Amino acid sequence: MDLQIFALLAQDGITNGAVYALLALALVLVFAVTRVIWVPSGEFLAYGTLTLAGLQLGKASGIAGMLAVMAVVAALMEVAKAIRQRETRHLARSLAWWAGAPLAIAGTLHLVAPMQPPFVVQILLTLTAVTALGPLFYRIAYQPIAEASVLVLLIVSVALHFALLGLGLWFFGAEGSRTPPFTSASYEWGGIRVSGQSLLVVATSLALIVALALFFNRTLYGRALRATAVNRVGARLAGISPTFAGTLTFTLGALVCAFCGVLIGPITTVYYDSGFLVSLKGFVAAIIGGLASYPIAAAGALLVGLLEAFSSYWASAFKEVIVFTLIIPVLLWRSLTTHHHEDEE
Amino acid sequence: MTVDALLEVRDVSVRYGKVEAVHRVSLAAGEGRIVTVIGPNGAGKTTLLAAIMGLLPSHGDIRYRGESLMTLSVEERVARGLVLVPEKRELFASMTVADNLELGAFARRRDGDAATRRTLDEVYHRFPRLLERRAQLAGTLSGGERQMLALGRALMGRPKLLMLDEPSLGLAPLVVREIFSIIVGLRQAGVSILLVEQNARAALQVSDEGFVLETGDLVLSGPSAELAANPRVAATYLGQGAQ
Ligand SMILES: Nc1ncnc2c1ncn2[C@@H]1O[C@H](COP(=O)(O)OP(=O)(O)OP(=O)(O)O)[C@@H](O)[C@H]1O
Ligand SMILES: [Mg+2]
Repeated sequence: MDLQIFALLAQDGITNGAVYALLALALVLVFAVTRVIWVPSGEFLAYGTLTLAGLQLGKASGIAGMLAVMAVVAALMEVAKAIRQRETRHLARSLAWWAGAPLAIAGTLHLVAPMQPPFVVQILLTLTAVTALGPLFYRIAYQPIAEASVLVLLIVSVALHFALLGLGLWFFGAEGSRTPPFTSASYEWGGIRVSGQSLLVVATSLALIVALALFFNRTLYGRALRATAVNRVGARLAGISPTFAGTLTFTLGALVCAFCGVLIGPITTVYYDSGFLVSLKGFVAAIIGGLASYPIAAAGALLVGLLEAFSSYWASAFKEVIVFTLIIPVLLWRSLTTHHHEDEE
Repeated sequence: MTVDALLEVRDVSVRYGKVEAVHRVSLAAGEGRIVTVIGPNGAGKTTLLAAIMGLLPSHGDIRYRGESLMTLSVEERVARGLVLVPEKRELFASMTVADNLELGAFARRRDGDAATRRTLDEVYHRFPRLLERRAQLAGTLSGGERQMLALGRALMGRPKLLMLDEPSLGLAPLVVREIFSIIVGLRQAGVSILLVEQNARAALQVSDEGFVLETGDLVLSGPSAELAANPRVAATYLGQGAQ
């Protein structure tokens, strides 16, 4: 292997690693706050790419339809809850929130998509629409069983993963899509070519990670999410509602996944079912961080990306095998080094 | 039972599965008063507070300022000025003292940053130790400092009714006295207090009314001075023989 190829593979690995790092962030965040192992995160990623690809063709029927259906389901659940609790005081507000907002986004997409707005606007629309699905699925699938055990939540996640695959096929169709590159620029440093596309992916991933770090450390809401992750009872006693924390978490998680979908759009062809394999790699990284430590998970993501890139060169048939086998020594190492501590006070 | 009670607990029962830990307990806490609940270990005191806070489902009725709390979530109760310092403190161990305090004011975030900062200054004034340790992680505080932080975090919510579960647990005698003087000071500032204490003597001294809970049942109640003079209470809870 000469330097050229090494640099190319490293560049590939780092670019993919940046996307895995973002996914791992979403997974760690969702697990820490809500204890949900978010298996369907990959579907959100695929929806991101597919929505942007649809907008390229002036179509938004898939995502708009999905938003509308989910809004109706969430609204029905809110009405049922109000009837059950004989409490209609908050109904208008929750309907505006759960049905009004997603329907407004769906309507906007429906109107704006045929006008073929500029690429940046298309990206913003994609992020908004897919992000809106996050809290909706939380409301529908997870919030009613928020106090259930991790195992029950995991089973629901797996079920939701298959449901979202079906919905994805239904709303987006079976064809794969690829979005145009953000930039065709490329740079050369000392004989090594670096594509502007890779630089952009790495830079925006880093920017999003830094923005989220600031959010969690500097803002009241970010700290409230951390507090919920650290001590749920304590957070409730401070007036932080787990429902609120869960909704905010899934909003952020969906945003990050949609972002990943937009970032990988120009790199690979994405089908309605392509998300799972990508998110699994995010999982490997998240598990390296013990589903808790983000910096370690990010390093793990980079490792996964590099390993994948180099194994696709040396043993491309075993690419996925090698990446997923990585988890075994990692789990061994973790089980040997981490002491199982009781829930501390 | 006073009519204008801030908090009224009526016939409240709480079960853990088949076991009833609190059996048809009724009590009231008047505005601006300190009410003490005493009782042996396992009597159901902590359980009662958890039910009032909404952490545990219960039967009966719990009213606060005339409004039934039974359909309200914990957070909605906090927003109405009901704040609990739980027996286990439930601090945010991996966050700093300052973060813990700031989050105590989460329910009042709409009052604005200035209001939060003012309350924070008050809390730091009351507990200078917390100011010294504000950048330290809550999980690394000493036991006494943790108690202060738990109380400080509760005060950040500007409670109207503050429920304290064994605030003097594990504290040095001097600090216990300080805690009780803080409780009295809070009452003067208009905060009503529902106090659960093993330190029955001190608790009855500062409180207006007392209730005695034994194996889930309310067995005695009355003005604190009368309870303290009751020979049975004196023998069981005040260790009168030893004095
Ligand atoms: N989660 C639980 N599941 C089952 N039983 C419980 C649970 N929590 C408490 N209990 C039982 O309920 C009874 C009342 O407990 P509680 O903690 O309210 O007592 P307490 O009066 O606060 O005691 P202490 O003074 O020791 O704090 C005890 O017998 C206890 O074992
Ligand atoms: Mg107790």
